[in-house]
Amino acid sequence: MAKRPRDEQTTWKSSRLNDPRIRGWLAQAAVLAILIAAIVYGIYNVSHNLTKAGITTGFTFLGHPAGFDISQTLIPYSSRSTYADAFVIGLLNTLLVSFLGMVSATFLGFFLGVIRLSPNWIVAKMAEAYTEVIRNIPLLLQVLFWYLAILSPLPGPRAALNLGDAFFLCNRGLQIPRPVFGENFAATPLALLAAIVLAVVISRWARRRQLKTGRPFPSLSCGLALIVAMPLIALAATGFPLHWEVPELSGFNFKGGITVLPELIALWLSLTLYTATFIGEYVRSGILAVDKGQREAAYALGHRPWMTYRLIIIPQAMRVVTPPLISQYLTLVKNSSLAVVIGYPDLIHVFAGTALNQSGQAVEIISITMAVYLFISLVISLVMNWYNKHYALRGQ
Amino acid sequence: MKGIRTLAMASAMTALLVGGAVAGTLDTVKEKGYVNTGVSGKVIGFSSPDAKGEWTGLDVEFGRAVAAAIFNDPTKVRFTPVAFKEAFTALQSGEIDILARNTTWTYQRDTKLGLEFVGTIFYDGQGFMVKKSLGVKSAAELNGASVCTQAGTTTELNVSDYFVSKGMTYKPVVYESADEATVIYDSGRCDVYTTDTSGLAARRSTLGNPKDHLILPEIISKEPLGPAVRQGDQQWSDIVRWVLFALINAEELGITSKNVDEMMKSTNPAIQRFLGIDANYGEYMGLTADWAYRIIKHVGNYGEMYERNVGPATSLGLERGVNALWTKGGLMYAPPIR
Repeated sequence: MAKRPRDEQTTWKSSRLNDPRIRGWLAQAAVLAILIAAIVYGIYNVSHNLTKAGITTGFTFLGHPAGFDISQTLIPYSSRSTYADAFVIGLLNTLLVSFLGMVSATFLGFFLGVIRLSPNWIVAKMAEAYTEVIRNIPLLLQVLFWYLAILSPLPGPRAALNLGDAFFLCNRGLQIPRPVFGENFAATPLALLAAIVLAVVISRWARRRQLKTGRPFPSLSCGLALIVAMPLIALAATGFPLHWEVPELSGFNFKGGITVLPELIALWLSLTLYTATFIGEYVRSGILAVDKGQREAAYALGHRPWMTYRLIIIPQAMRVVTPPLISQYLTLVKNSSLAVVIGYPDLIHVFAGTALNQSGQAVEIISITMAVYLFISLVISLVMNWYNKHYALRGQ
Repeated sequence: MKGIRTLAMASAMTALLVGGAVAGTLDTVKEKGYVNTGVSGKVIGFSSPDAKGEWTGLDVEFGRAVAAAIFNDPTKVRFTPVAFKEAFTALQSGEIDILARNTTWTYQRDTKLGLEFVGTIFYDGQGFMVKKSLGVKSAAELNGASVCTQAGTTTELNVSDYFVSKGMTYKPVVYESADEATVIYDSGRCDVYTTDTSGLAARRSTLGNPKDHLILPEIISKEPLGPAVRQGDQQWSDIVRWVLFALINAEELGITSKNVDEMMKSTNPAIQRFLGIDANYGEYMGLTADWAYRIIKHVGNYGEMYERNVGPATSLGLERGVNALWTKGGLMYAPPIR
C-alpha cells in the first residue's frame, strides 16, 4: 500500500503514453485530425477538379437574376428576382406545407389514437383499418394518387364549381377571396391580441380561485366570447375597414382572390393522412401506457370522461408520445420534398431543381439545400425537446 | 505521419487518374469498346426505343455515327437515358462521353458548366400547344393562361421572357419531366404546353387524341439543339464536331449510304478528300483515313437521318424548313473538309 504512490509516479515519469487517459485523448485527437484532414482534402479535391473541368464555382450566382417564374409565391417575386429570392420562395413553400401538415396531422392523429381505443367496436375497427391501409402504402404513391384524384374530376375554370359566389373550385385550384385591409384595420388584430391576453389572465385567475375555494368559473366560454366579441367591436368601431376581393373568371383563369394550388392541397392532404396514422399509433401507445388505475381514480373522483382525458390521461400520455412525435415531425418536413413529383414549388423543386439547372451550380445548391433541411430539423428537435423536458419535469 | 503520407499519395493518384481521364476520351472509349451517349430516351424522333426495343431517332443516329467513325461499327454505342436534371452532371463527371439529348446550345451552358457544344444538329424554336376547344389562334391571346412546362429548361426561361415582353401574365406549372408535364396538360390542369416545336410535335403524337391539339404559329425563341462534350479534351470535341460536319457535308456533296461505294470512284476532289482516298485526314483526330466513309456507309448523311426520324414521312411530319442545307435556303452549313 505504501509503495503505490511512488510506483504511479515512476510510471508517470517513465512514459505518459502508458496512461490510459492520455492515450485515449491522443487517440481521439488523432481521429479528429484525420477527419478534419479528410474533409479539407475532400473540399480541396472538389474545388480543384471543378476548376479544372472549367466549371464556375462560388456563391455569387445567388445575386444574379433567376429568370424563371414560380407558381406559388408567398412574398412578391418575379422572373427578375434573384436566385437568393427564389431560394427564399422555395423555403417558404416548404415551411408552409410542412407547418400545415404538422398541425392537421397532429389533430387527425390524436383523433385516430383516441377513437382506436373507443369501446365502440365499429369505430375502433374503422380507425384500425384506416391506419393499417394508409401507413403501409408508400407515400410517393399516395401523393400521386391524391394529385390525380383531385385533378381528374374537377372541371376547368370556365365550369368551376361555384360555392356561394365567393369560392370557386376547379382544376386550377381553390379560389378564395382575398382580404383587402383599409385604414385603421390595425385596431382589429390589436383587439384580438388584447382579448387573448385577457382570456389567459381570466383562466389563470379562475384556476387559482378554483384551487382555493373549489368554485369553478366558466373561463373557457368566457375567454372565447371575449376573443370573438372584442375584434368585432373594434371592427365596427373603425367602420369595417375590410373588403374582400372576390375571385372573378376572366379569360383563361380566375383573377383576384387567392389561389390555393391543387398541388398544395394534394401534398398537404397526403402528408396529413399518412403522418396521422403514425401519430395515432403513438397516441394510442401513450394512452395505453397510463395505468388503468389513474382512469378509475379519476372516475371515482367524479370526473367526466372528457375531463379525465384532458387532466389525467393526456398529460401523462404526452410523456410517452412526445419523443416519437418529434421524429414524425422531422419525417414530415423531409417527406414534403416529394412535392417534386407533382410540381409543388418547394425548396427541392425550385432551388435544387430549376435553379440548379439554370445556374449549373450543383455542388453549391445541393450543399445549401442539405444545410437548410438540417437546420429546420434541428430547430424542430430543439423546440420539441424543450417541450418534452417541460412535461417530463412537471409530472415528477 | 503515415496517415498524411497516405493522404498525399492518394491525392496525387487521384489527380493523375482524373488528369488521365480528361486527357484522352478517345483512348478511354477505344479501351472500353463503345461510345456512351446520353440521350433523353423519351422524345420520339430524337431518341426513343421503337416497338422492337431498338433505339431510334436523330440523337441516337448521331451516337451511331460517332461509333462508326471510331470503330467502323455503328453498334458499338450504348445509350444512357439521362433525365434533364442530371444531364450536365452526367457529362461533367464522365459517366457519358457525348450528350445528345436535344439540348439547347446557350452561352451559359457553353462557358460556365464545363461543357462544349460542338454544333447544331437541329434548329428548333419554342412554341405553344393548346387544345383546339379553347379557340385560341395566336400566342398573343394567351394572357392569364396556365402554362405547363419542364423544370430547368431554357423553355422555362423563354416563356417568362415572352410573357414579360408582351406585357402579359401567365401561371407557370412546372414539372420535373416532360412526360409528366404532357400528361398533366392533357388532364386539363394547364391551358398551354410549351417546349421546342419538334418536342411539341413528338408529344402531340403520343396524346390520346392528337387532332384535338393545335401548335400555335408563334416561335418565341432560338433553340439550336446540338451534341455536347466535356470541355478540356480538344481531340474528342474535334472528333464529335467533325462527325456532325461530315454528315452535313455528305449531304451537300450528294454522298448517301446507298451510293457511297460508287462515290469512291468519283473524280471530284472534294469527294475524294471526304472519303479519304488521296490523303489521310482522319489521323489528325486520331482516326483512320476512311472515318467519313464509315459514317456515311453505316448511318447515312444528315438528310437521310432527318427523313428517317423527323421528316414529313414520319409521325412528327416536320418539313426541312430552316434545317435544310444552306444551298437550299436553310441554315445547315458545315466548314469544308480540306
